[in-house]
Amino acid sequence: MAYPNIRWAYTIFAQIFFIPGQLKHIFTLFKKDILLEIRQQYSFYGVLLYVASTIFVLYMVMGQPEETIWKALFWMIQLFICINAVAKSFLQESRGRLLYFYSIAGARQFIIAKLLFNSALMIVMSLLSFLLFQLLLGSPLESPFTFVLISCFGGISLSLVFTFLAAIAARAQQSAALMAIMGFPLIIPQLLLLIKLSSIAFSSVLQSGLTFIILLLASFDVMIVVLAIILFPFLWKD
Amino acid sequence: MLRSTWWKILCVIFLLYTFIAGFLGGVPVKPILNETIRNLYFHVAMWFSMMIFFIISVVYSIKYLRTNNIGFDIYAVEYAKAGIVFGALGLTTGAIWARYTWGAFWSNDPKQIGAAIALLIYLAYFVLRNSITDIDKRSRIGAVYNIFAFAMLFPTIWIIPRLVESLHPGGMGNPALNTGDIDSRMRVIFWFGAIPGWTLLGTWITTLRIRLQLLSEKKLQNAEKNF
Repeated sequence: MAYPNIRWAYTIFAQIFFIPGQLKHIFTLFKKDILLEIRQQYSFYGVLLYVASTIFVLYMVMGQPEETIWKALFWMIQLFICINAVAKSFLQESRGRLLYFYSIAGARQFIIAKLLFNSALMIVMSLLSFLLFQLLLGSPLESPFTFVLISCFGGISLSLVFTFLAAIAARAQQSAALMAIMGFPLIIPQLLLLIKLSSIAFSSVLQSGLTFIILLLASFDVMIVVLAIILFPFLWKD
Repeated sequence: MLRSTWWKILCVIFLLYTFIAGFLGGVPVKPILNETIRNLYFHVAMWFSMMIFFIISVVYSIKYLRTNNIGFDIYAVEYAKAGIVFGALGLTTGAIWARYTWGAFWSNDPKQIGAAIALLIYLAYFVLRNSITDIDKRSRIGAVYNIFAFAMLFPTIWIIPRLVESLHPGGMGNPALNTGDIDSRMRVIFWFGAIPGWTLLGTWITTLRIRLQLLSEKKLQNAEKNF
């Protein structure tokens, strides 16, 4: 009798649970991204200007909107910020530099560092756009603090999905357009859940079923990270 | 398996049974629905087939990544195409049904939107594949996207419709159909006629296309050898 080949199951298990041993590499790659960001300050100011001008145009057009529109605008702008900020994470790296990273670190360490950095970037961007929204478009919020928490959570969710899509798109031609083509249909369900979730911050009445939505979104995030760790090595090699 | 005939004969028998018994057989009398309830054999069966084809497609994508055998990639692509065709048919039959029961072809029902999103995601799969010229790279990156998109899509199709209100029967429970609405006569035709019949028909079409693709692949390799 032939025994079933379960080596692949062990490999996947090992890939996910042996990460602590690679923390040093991941941290170094993460630090490199932050250093690059601090030195070039491209995405920070670029995206800041992007957000500020978009919100300013919205303010000129509609003044201070009511809460449904406020909420919808906030998440749509989050989505566009995310695409702009995250797209560059793979597109900015030249071929030669990528080859260098491949030789000094593993695929998994690289993608984990990228996921971490983009999540951190999106948290900063979410906070900034929240402040700008408060400043220009008024504040229909009942509990701003809850909304800040939700927008950070949402920012992380969006950045995880788009980081992996950017990794895919970077391997194809016309990457920027492809990211939108692949990303918009994929992100709709999560975006709808986030908009539903953020309605907590607009009323003092607690709604039922919200814990389930939070759990659902969190398990989505976990699934994306696990899939990225398993699948990224296949995008890596040429 | 690809070329054996017994399941093709079975497919024709199932579909003949679905059409004859489906149009002539008795159905429960329901207000609003009336005779349109017979669309169950077509509309709902299309979704079942689509789901089955997308699952087969992702299984072949995983197989491709594990073995790097280009044949598995052809299987994955062709099954995804069959899934899209059946999804589009499901959307069309649903829209016609909705016109006569809900009053409009499209009423922004959560399940209609979910179906449209599913089709967009799989159309993006083909856009992605076409944007890559290198064959091996195209297969590998296509397979990665197929697995990722499948994992993102199916929880939403299976979970979110249970959370929101919908015009579809079943309401907050089962997203596909309300089993209380149909009687045992319909149930037999649906489970033992329509679903296996349509799924086998899709598989038949797909296996023909796979054979065609495999042949052209072989021709290409021979041309390389003779060159």
